[in-house]
Amino acid sequence: MIERFDAIVVGAGPAGNAATYTLAKSGLHVLQIERGETAGAKNVQGAILYADALERLIPEFRDEAPLERHIIEQRMWVMDDESYIGTHFRSDEFNKPPHNRYTIIRAKFDKWFSKKVREAGALVINETTVTELLRDDRGKVIGVRTDRAGGDLHADVVILADGVNSTLARKAGFRPEIEPKHVALAVKEIHFMPRDTIESRFNIHKGEGVVIEMLGKITQGMMGTGFLYTNGDSVSIGIGCMLSDLMAQKTTPYELLERMKAHPSIRPLIQGGEMKEYAAHLIPEGGYHAIPQVFGDGWLIAGDSGMFVNAVHREGSNLAMTTGRIAAETVAELFKAGQPMTAANLAEYRRRLDDSFVMKDLMKYKDLPDIFHANKQFLTTYPELLNRSAYTMLRVDGVDKLSKEREIFADFRDKRSLFGLLGDAFKLWRAFR
Amino acid sequence: MSEPTAPVKKKRKVVLDQRLQAYRGVWVYIEHERGRVHPVSLELLGEGRKLADTLGVELAGVVMAGVDAGAEARGYCQTAFEYGADLCYLMQSDVLGEYRNEPYTQGLTDLVNAYQPEILLLGATTLGRDLAGSVATTLNTGLTADCTELAIDPDDRSLLSTRPTFGGSLLCTIVTLNYRPQMATVRPRVMAMPESQPGRTGRIVEHGLLLAEADIVTKVLEFIADDRRDTPQLPFADIIVAGGRGLGKPENFQLIRDLAKVLGAEVGASRPVVQAGWVEADRQVGQSGKTVRPKLYIAAGISGAIQHRVGMEGADCIVAINNDPDAPIFEFAHFGIVGDVATILPALTEAFWVKLKRQASLPPQEEAA
Amino acid sequence: MHSVVCIKQVPDSAQIRVHPVTNTIMRQGVPAIVNPYDLFALEEALRLRDQLGGRVTVISMGPTQAEVALRKALSLGADDAILVTDKAFAGADTLATSYALAAAIRQIGKELPVDLVFTGKQTIDGDTAQVGPGIARRMGLQLLTYVSRIVEVAPERREIVVERRAEGGVQVLQTRLPCLITMLEDSNRMRFGSLPDALRAARQEVRHWDKTAAGIEDVTKIGLKGSPTIVSKVFTPSPRAEKAEMIAIEDGSPADLAAALLGRIAARFPGVEKELAQRA
Ligand SMILES: Cc1cc2nc3c(=O)[nH]c(=O)nc-3n(C[C@H](O)[C@H](O)[C@H](O)COP(=O)(O)OP(=O)(O)OC[C@H]3O[C@@H](n4cnc5c(N)ncnc54)[C@H](O)[C@@H]3O)c2cc1C
Ligand SMILES: Cc1cc2nc3c(=O)[nH]c(=O)nc-3n(C[C@H](O)[C@H](O)[C@H](O)COP(=O)(O)OP(=O)(O)OC[C@H]3O[C@@H](n4cnc5c(N)ncnc54)[C@H](O)[C@@H]3O)c2cc1C
Ligand SMILES: Nc1ncnc2c1ncn2[C@@H]1O[C@H](COP(=O)(O)O)[C@@H](O)[C@H]1O
Repeated sequence: MIERFDAIVVGAGPAGNAATYTLAKSGLHVLQIERGETAGAKNVQGAILYADALERLIPEFRDEAPLERHIIEQRMWVMDDESYIGTHFRSDEFNKPPHNRYTIIRAKFDKWFSKKVREAGALVINETTVTELLRDDRGKVIGVRTDRAGGDLHADVVILADGVNSTLARKAGFRPEIEPKHVALAVKEIHFMPRDTIESRFNIHKGEGVVIEMLGKITQGMMGTGFLYTNGDSVSIGIGCMLSDLMAQKTTPYELLERMKAHPSIRPLIQGGEMKEYAAHLIPEGGYHAIPQVFGDGWLIAGDSGMFVNAVHREGSNLAMTTGRIAAETVAELFKAGQPMTAANLAEYRRRLDDSFVMKDLMKYKDLPDIFHANKQFLTTYPELLNRSAYTMLRVDGVDKLSKEREIFADFRDKRSLFGLLGDAFKLWRAFR
Repeated sequence: MSEPTAPVKKKRKVVLDQRLQAYRGVWVYIEHERGRVHPVSLELLGEGRKLADTLGVELAGVVMAGVDAGAEARGYCQTAFEYGADLCYLMQSDVLGEYRNEPYTQGLTDLVNAYQPEILLLGATTLGRDLAGSVATTLNTGLTADCTELAIDPDDRSLLSTRPTFGGSLLCTIVTLNYRPQMATVRPRVMAMPESQPGRTGRIVEHGLLLAEADIVTKVLEFIADDRRDTPQLPFADIIVAGGRGLGKPENFQLIRDLAKVLGAEVGASRPVVQAGWVEADRQVGQSGKTVRPKLYIAAGISGAIQHRVGMEGADCIVAINNDPDAPIFEFAHFGIVGDVATILPALTEAFWVKLKRQASLPPQEEAA
Repeated sequence: MHSVVCIKQVPDSAQIRVHPVTNTIMRQGVPAIVNPYDLFALEEALRLRDQLGGRVTVISMGPTQAEVALRKALSLGADDAILVTDKAFAGADTLATSYALAAAIRQIGKELPVDLVFTGKQTIDGDTAQVGPGIARRMGLQLLTYVSRIVEVAPERREIVVERRAEGGVQVLQTRLPCLITMLEDSNRMRFGSLPDALRAARQEVRHWDKTAAGIEDVTKIGLKGSPTIVSKVFTPSPRAEKAEMIAIEDGSPADLAAALLGRIAARFPGVEKELAQRA
């Protein structure tokens, strides 16, 4: 049996859902195929949702989606072994609706999103893995084959939104193997505790949330970050490092996470919670340089599968939704104009991406991964120095402040030449500019 | 027992219907199998005796059997008396030869309607569950399955049935409102076996069943008895050595078998080990396996999850070996050794072997001294 | 052959936890699954259909979310799905559940006569194994519990022969259709539905029946009102008053530990000591 569709979308993560939703709303006959038992079944993490990307798809989402808390405070901690120095930014502006960022639990959120996709008119099948892309003799993608018996599926265009591993894209030769230096391995746990415990621990009211980003010695010199978010009645905590670093140091992210949870500044925040642990997940963090070819004859790639992640700002799902939406809009317009889904026509997708914040942001930080890679001091020496300085300065012990400043300065110079310090500052400034 | 965990529904105050107030007495269904009373029925008599005494009523056994059972059926009644019953209702009929749902349901329903007990207990065996479900529906009354604790509410004489819920992670207490009898099933080995009192007797009340073979739709074509030679008799073993996932690999399960062999013990296992195929399914101890009550239970590499615990916490003496000092099993074991199963088990095997050999060589008198 | 299979959506109890501090049940993120025992019943019904022709209708009583469980059954190959759902059913125990399901199955029978009703052995949340027998009694069907194998079905003679797990052995039973079977676990292996089944399941409507559509005549027999049993309290098992006596010896070898353990058992548990002596 062969069934025909206008479009097939592989994957029901944020990218696949955004794409399918957009296609269905435009009136296309679209089929979405997801491997998990339900959308989000394999994705039990809490995460940050950036409102804008979703709002463009579903303006009324705030009334319906399962949102945990809106973020009113962002903390940035630079960690030493027993201390941290950092910034807290909190503003009541963040309490004014419409809120800009929320914490979500992906399992719940993806399920809701999937319901919207069905309501928009798409056909969705779960527990079905796409094993192969079908091509005609000229190499054009014409459909997919799945692990279920009883036939193939044909479509004018296939959108791959199958996540970071994208075996399909690799098998089809659309994308090279991911290099270990282009992907981070992250682990994440959720610790459940009563709402009022969370609210008193983080000094927030009902519905309000806090994000803590952490860097420094918790990653033991490897490139990566740790994070902690408040959900409704749980706290998400996790850490991720570049796979290449983990391999070189022979450490597992689990060990890092265990150590991180034992940090004297973090332990009290999660104490007494009931822990649920989830497997590690990859994040494509290669940035701009790692983005593969994202369109071809009869196919497009969106989301993590196309390496669209902004590692610096920890943005992934919003890029996934945006690329999924733009891919679908491109397809829908070609469809309405009666144009075929050729590589030449689908190239419009890449043009639109280049014009969007997605490529602009990725372009901006394109060199950052390499800088951190080449300059480990950002992750070890500096956090240590910063924390030591703060300690020296804040301890009241009869030493005058000027001497303390001299001590701190000498400390910095011992670890790194004045020239090196200036050079580092310049590199960072260039990368973030 | 500890704090309530869910919003507790206030017990509805119920004044029992006049008609239902006539229901008096505690009944235990006496299950028998090939000439022998099933141990679960005796365990239930022990429990039923306590309930009857609290209520100040009589404890009755219910024996249903084929006519061909003849005098054997009276023997079952006698056993019931020795384990605490004051009287027995005896129903014998041609149609009750092999267990079948229809005639047994009809028979037990008739007895209940005729003699009106307030509590009816059955073993949670395949027979007991089949029969209890049908009888409860026919009588339109409540039934609580797989109870682990039975008690009487002093306020209103009602039966409080406690059972595991949510996969064993919680317990709940269930009451039957304005319906009688209050029915419950209990799994084998959950309740302690009472002491028998040889020579104790009671009354037998015979009751007929108006049912002919022609009225019964379902026929037993054949009974294929289990081959009992190799099947473990875990529930009734006095010593059990059980292994869990902490053994690490299937080969290590041999350490469990070695110790069991020296002790003449049965081998038990936790669910993951069974699911991984290291041992046969009928070795599983716990909520979805067997309930055991040995004198000695040695648990090696078992964490002590609630689903395992409910199956073995009735053991007199529990020894746990685990390399994690915080393993939950140490919360309820009697003795704990923190260490690696791979080294502790062989040492234990050796120690028990030496001990048993020495004891064997001692003359009996000295041993008693 | 027209089989009706009763399936229930249950929380995956392997993932339910009790909060250590507040002692409340934590259901967050606990996925709902089809009661695993019911899949054996479904597979058996599908096999009979594949062998003899006919239809398989799946039915469930529960909240609207339970539709997911029915859709799953469709994707595995069931032909039709009905969700019996109404606020009036809330709080039902097994007696009230079997009343409602029996009424609904009778309604199904009006559209197409029912030859066999299947249920699972038991549910993993209620765990009572009562609903099957309950439905059978209410519908006046012959009841075959713990069936491990269907030996033969002869639709023309209206006869069925099954093997049933009994205490101490297997009963081979013969009875008349229609009847109700509760299927034993591991008696078959659930199939993986085909692509056409998956697509059909995504498209097909799951009919929702309220109490009227389900043919409920006596509303005092459903929901909380029709339930003789109520849960009066839920609590965590009590910790044993005393924890384990830990056998530890500084720098002790495993042999020392073993010897110490044996000594302590002898001292505290004479019963065990006596038992060991018997085995010497
Ligand atoms: C620990 C961690 C924390 C993160 N935190 C944040 C955050 O706070 N904010 C943020 O914006 N982003 C965050 N991200 C990134 C974000 O999760 C991803 O960028 C986003 O999920 C990408 O969406 P996607 O749809 O491309 O891929 P996915 O969400 O991975 O979805 C892909 C889907 O495709 C399915 N699939 C795969 N192969 C097949 C196949 N062959 N056939 C059928 N189906 C298939 C999968 O089952 C999956 O459901 C985080 C990532 C991690 C790992
Ligand atoms: C509905 C339901 C029914 C269930 N029914 C049952 C049931 O009937 N029976 C049952 O057993 N389970 C049952 N379970 C499963 C139960 O929840 C647990 O998962 C299971 O009991 C754990 O088995 P375990 O202790 O062997 O494994 P784990 O929990 O993995 O524990 C292994 C233990 O071994 C220790 N260990 C590891 N290495 C070593 C070493 N070298 N030396 C010493 N110790 C070591 C570890 O510290 C750990 O404590 C059920 C679950 C559900 C949801
Ligand atoms: N709400 C329900 N809807 C459909 N079937 C059910 C329901 N509850 C129980 N069943 C069926 O009855 C069997 C026994 O359930 P239980 O008596 O709860 O152990 C299950 O395996 C199901 O097949």
